[in-house]
Amino acid sequence: MAPPLETTTMFTFQVDGLSAEREGRTVFCLQVSAENTMAIPRSVGSFINFITGIVIGVFICSYFVNKATLHIQRHMQTNYNHRNFHYYHSLVKGMMNCSSKRNQSVADELYNKVRILCWVMTAPKNLETKAKHVKATWGKRCSILLFMSSESNPDFPTIGLETKEGRNQLYWKTIKAFHYVHKRHIDEADWFLKADDDTYIVIDNLRLLLSKYNPNEPVYLGRRFKPFLKQGYMSGGAGYVLSREALTRYVAAFRDKTCNHSSHVEDLALGKCMEILGITPGDSRDNHLRETFLPLTLLSHLIKRHPDPSFWYWKFSYYKATHGPECCSDLAISFHYVSPEMMYVLEYYIYHLHVVGYKYRKSTDFSGPSKTLKQGKDMGKR
Amino acid sequence: MIKEGNSFMKGVILGGIVCLVFTLFNNTKISGELGLRSHEHRHLKAPDKEELLKLPETKRMELSLTIRVLCLIMVTPKEIGYWASVIETWSKHCDKAVFYSPETIKVFESVSLATEDQWIQTRRAFKHAYENFKDEYNWFFLAKSSTFAIIENLKFFLLNKDPEQPFYIGHSIKSGELEYVEFSSGVVLSIEALERLYRVLDDPMKCPEKGSLLWKMSEEKELAVCLKYTGIVADNAEDNEGKELFNSKNINTLVVEAMSNHPSEVVEGCCSDVAITFHGHSPNHMHVLMYGVYRLRPYGHIFNDALIFMPPLNSDND
Repeated sequence: MAPPLETTTMFTFQVDGLSAEREGRTVFCLQVSAENTMAIPRSVGSFINFITGIVIGVFICSYFVNKATLHIQRHMQTNYNHRNFHYYHSLVKGMMNCSSKRNQSVADELYNKVRILCWVMTAPKNLETKAKHVKATWGKRCSILLFMSSESNPDFPTIGLETKEGRNQLYWKTIKAFHYVHKRHIDEADWFLKADDDTYIVIDNLRLLLSKYNPNEPVYLGRRFKPFLKQGYMSGGAGYVLSREALTRYVAAFRDKTCNHSSHVEDLALGKCMEILGITPGDSRDNHLRETFLPLTLLSHLIKRHPDPSFWYWKFSYYKATHGPECCSDLAISFHYVSPEMMYVLEYYIYHLHVVGYKYRKSTDFSGPSKTLKQGKDMGKR
Repeated sequence: MIKEGNSFMKGVILGGIVCLVFTLFNNTKISGELGLRSHEHRHLKAPDKEELLKLPETKRMELSLTIRVLCLIMVTPKEIGYWASVIETWSKHCDKAVFYSPETIKVFESVSLATEDQWIQTRRAFKHAYENFKDEYNWFFLAKSSTFAIIENLKFFLLNKDPEQPFYIGHSIKSGELEYVEFSSGVVLSIEALERLYRVLDDPMKCPEKGSLLWKMSEEKELAVCLKYTGIVADNAEDNEGKELFNSKNINTLVVEAMSNHPSEVVEGCCSDVAITFHGHSPNHMHVLMYGVYRLRPYGHIFNDALIFMPPLNSDND
């Protein structure tokens, strides 16, 4: 039978960490019996009881202390926040007239170093419905922007390739377009990009990728597909790039009949010529092995779902592809099947909408050509 | 027997005293630190505008952490797809997200409001939030499951507003004499506003459950009426250029409208660079938004922002 608790004493202290006083005081509450004698227990039985008592005493005390500490912490936190707020509030008052400002100097520097000529495959009926929106959005970031059509239009302006329109004209248009840019602009650019009028290109990210390569070497970059050719070829819809040297060799190949109009399938036919010339398709994935040239709709790439084994994409993708967040690089370069309004939506996401203060989860970069050599063995894996 | 009891009690006392001494020792250390910190504050001179941008990262982090937002998200069993998307996307950026549903639903965690009536749901949700979270959060953001919010931009917007003042913010609409905040694009209340609301909700003369008029008013208007009794009026949120921060439409719709209204300046005229909410994106599109908002970016564009926000833990789509 335990002795009666004759007296209870409440100890109360207070924490006020915000006055600059040095004494800390703590809030907790403990009931203590007024038992005074601390005789040493004699028997083993009472010794065990004693030890048990200590343990229980510690537990009881810790329980109350813990509760009190949480209460203190919360109190301190709200007071600290409150005080902090007023300190910062005075800093911020009147400062809100500045919005979050974008500084483009690094991008601008790269603009001068990496000159890209963009030629966009279009048609007379698409000028007002599609090509116009390319011109209003990403097109203006190219060093040189040209629209290639079957007919010339001096007002838009478009270059007339003197072909007809239609799917079976696509490779003729490509051949003629590349010949045109070679003839007129070979000395004015380092890189030559082909895009469709439903492709959106993030030129700043393309510049970063290309800055890792030498335009005086034969370079062929885009979204690598694997069927039909051993070394693969680049998807036409997602856009692809030739270096100045690669373009020169391509044009020369037609002059000496090494290459010709082998088929209507524009991207595959060009890939075949590259294979003949010994120009290997490069790896445009970022340092996290995420793809940058995206041939499907963005929705299709990003939504996680069970892969449908009959879907052509799995058979075509040279490197292992996925649905979901790993599909796509933070520094994506091209989007395909982009509707006119989606051009502006992408433009908004990329060049306007900003999440203030957000630290990006993954710092992204491109490794450049040495990566392709190192990963020669594990191509197809991730 | 008594002897055994005695030694037991002695043990308890000894254990208690040891624990006490240990705790006291620890706490004097902590409060000592605190004392130092507040001492620091008092000795700093009044800062100027430029200082905020020159603040070191640690201070900016601290500043960012002082704005604590509780998200109240109203979900229904019919909109399970939206609910799932919200859980997987933007709500991860709230300091805490609480889901409120009309009834108990087993699929995801939510607080049941036990009513189908929209106004009573709103009342109960705010009451629950106040009672459970008033000490830990200073801003309360109510959204629907079809809303998409960028919480970091909300915090940036709230940066120069004192939560101990009454704020009732969102996209405000004037209806006769009453100005109210539209729910679909989200409603923000400061802790002071929520506290006043909590008290007036118990006043059947000013703020009855059945609504303040003979006919049914929308819950957005009922809220505005109750808040008005406490002296709080709605504020419309805009950026420096007068663009709306809380949008009741989705981005695609806004762009299509801009293409028709001002085709030569579509994006410039469409939407704010620091927009906070959009409404009406499908569940799948919310995943596209996460990529477009939090990940996709152009190389070489740098910002010097006054705040710092880290990406949330256990998340892979931002």
